[in-house]
Amino acid sequence: MQFERKDILDMESLSAEEIIFILDTADQLKEISRRPVKKVPTLRGKTVVLFFYEPSTRTRSSFEIASKRLSADSISISSSSSSMVKGETLIDTARNLEAMNPDVIVIRHPSAGAPHMIARLLKTSVINAGDGMHAHPTQALLDLMTVREKKGYIKGLRIAIIGDISHSRVARSDCIGFTKMGADVVLAGPPTMIPKGIESLGVTVACNSDEAVKDADVIIMLRIQKERQKSFLYPSDREYSRIFGLNAERLKKASKDVLIMHPGPINRGVEISSEVADGPYSIILDQVTNGVSVRMALLFILSA
Amino acid sequence: MLTLIKGGRVLDPGKIDGITDILVKDGIIIEVIAKASPSGKSKKNNSESLKKYKADTVIDASGKIVVPGLIDMHVHLREPGQEYKETIETGILAAAAGGFTGICAMPNTIPVNDNRQVTEYILNRAKEVGKVNVYPVAAISTGLKGEGLCEYGDLKEAGAIALSDDGKPVSNSRLMRRAMEYAKGFGLPVISHCEVSELSAGGVMNEGIVATRMGLAGIPNEAESIMVARDIALCELTGAHLHIAHVSTSQSVNAIREAKRKGLPVTAETAPHYFTLTDEAVSGYNTNAKMSPPLRSAFDRDAVREGLADGTIDVIATDHAPHSSFEKDVEFDIAANGIVGLETSVSLGLRLVEDGIITLPVLIEKMSCNPARILGLERSIKKGVAADITIIDPAFVYTIDSSSFYSLGRNTPFEGWEMKGKAVLTMVGGKVVFDNIIRL
Ligand SMILES: [Zn+2]
Ligand SMILES: [Zn+2]
Repeated sequence: MQFERKDILDMESLSAEEIIFILDTADQLKEISRRPVKKVPTLRGKTVVLFFYEPSTRTRSSFEIASKRLSADSISISSSSSSMVKGETLIDTARNLEAMNPDVIVIRHPSAGAPHMIARLLKTSVINAGDGMHAHPTQALLDLMTVREKKGYIKGLRIAIIGDISHSRVARSDCIGFTKMGADVVLAGPPTMIPKGIESLGVTVACNSDEAVKDADVIIMLRIQKERQKSFLYPSDREYSRIFGLNAERLKKASKDVLIMHPGPINRGVEISSEVADGPYSIILDQVTNGVSVRMALLFILSA
Repeated sequence: MLTLIKGGRVLDPGKIDGITDILVKDGIIIEVIAKASPSGKSKKNNSESLKKYKADTVIDASGKIVVPGLIDMHVHLREPGQEYKETIETGILAAAAGGFTGICAMPNTIPVNDNRQVTEYILNRAKEVGKVNVYPVAAISTGLKGEGLCEYGDLKEAGAIALSDDGKPVSNSRLMRRAMEYAKGFGLPVISHCEVSELSAGGVMNEGIVATRMGLAGIPNEAESIMVARDIALCELTGAHLHIAHVSTSQSVNAIREAKRKGLPVTAETAPHYFTLTDEAVSGYNTNAKMSPPLRSAFDRDAVREGLADGTIDVIATDHAPHSSFEKDVEFDIAANGIVGLETSVSLGLRLVEDGIITLPVLIEKMSCNPARILGLERSIKKGVAADITIIDPAFVYTIDSSSFYSLGRNTPFEGWEMKGKAVLTMVGGKVVFDNIIRL
């Protein structure tokens, strides 16, 4: 297929056909990362700007490695070094970056819609690496890739996503991505963390985590942020891990060949027990590996 | 100087509705001469009475609607302190262009209008500019801090017409109670921006499906309606005149309806955006659809319309809140709250009439008679009254284009909307301060 899109901003705007095309490309590129010399000249002479307004180790290094494996030049700008602190607006910063003629701008920003704003303004391709609570399309794509790789298919699978749905861009993008590919998505978490009207994404909300885990083919655990206690969203880590966390006991209710995923970084002993995170069903590190392939695929599709 | 407004459909709700000539001399209406009822039945003998006058100016109002001068009782003029957003002069020009003969200036300027000096400054600047009447609203609490009462007696003497901490709620219930009691003694209405800060904190749009999908933090309806309920209770306790600003939720409409049924001295306003738009307008992270309170669901918009139709909501006021482009062309989370409204209000009100939600006389009540009554002003088409008159052309078709606004603010969610009907002439004290009548 011909991929016409300039930007990758969220899962909502991608069609199932486009998603499959991205995943197929990522599957093909994965082989490069297994070679002794992990580099191809495909994007030689292309420039990728990694523009991170929020601290991020894994997503940024994943994009950086993806660029390097395709021989693109990547430069990183983080919030501490960016001129945002000097009072420059996002639009001005983006315009300045574009004036240096990059081929792709990868942006992570704490405000929902920030990548959309600059994508509208610039001719350069923009990849959203996470915007506020809104979207994290590259995470959803790597989750889809990993599930498809392990199961061979996505359609009809029961995917449980458990945790702080309200504040999670990963949850939103996974809900849209997995339902678009024909999976059944069920959510669970503290009632304070289930946002109003989330069912409109075509997902169901379970009464509790046991119900969500029951017969699940895939369980995606979300990271709980400790500062949420201050806004009265949950009482304590102890209660959270008992009622909503994933442990070996709760896992028994899932399907026999369940896959355990987590976007990381994990809070061991809070949302997931070490036993489960390091156990035989966990594919958390495969997600990280595939993250590089998915990002290579996007850089390739948008700039080659 | 004698001006004749000729051949228009004069509409003074409950009093006049028919083809009528109006004679204005030295700023005062001196004759109101009915020519025909709206049904077209002509009345005789009136041309006789006209003959004794020779008008210096004739305004041909045929095909137009001539109404008592409109009042916008909720405007942020930004001067003093934020003249890059709007000045008293540009705000007045925008008001005149929108058909308004009077506007209330909210006190959240820099410095805050919480003392005689600022009130006098606003009145003096407004007088220098002339054209439209500016009625300063003074703060409820000094510095809008919610800690102490302003000097209402002194402020009233200086020319303040009402009290409000608009932009912020008065969170302290004891302060609000005392403010209402004390204000009652001076006959000053208390205009309440109803918001429970603990519930709205962090929110940037209406809580609901749209916010959930967009990943934006929501503000529940109850952030408004709980405070409406509190203020109604304090109104019952104190007997003071409470005016609820910018009603946006169904729960608030219900609470106000109930309070009015009890006979409490409560009045309320809503803004054109609340009866026209829903939170869907935020889609695409449109910062020109960001305001406080936020645009709500279709259910709430319909409840607001119902409140307008059944008289629960007395007033249409714009909450005109101009901002500079650099405060709006930013991430949605940090974009300034508020939109401009002066130059689009009449057209949006006429759409409500077109849609059959309210009648034209009711629209005029809500944009002229009711705000006048609440503020203790007079707006009427009758002999001996100041000639504050607005002429509306119901057939005027145009496209909203913010670049042509008189306001310095371009922040409107209605950009590009095709409108039918517009204020085409504004007369204040007998002087034409805006004239856009198409003459062939
Ligand atoms: Zn307000
Ligand atoms: Zn206001």
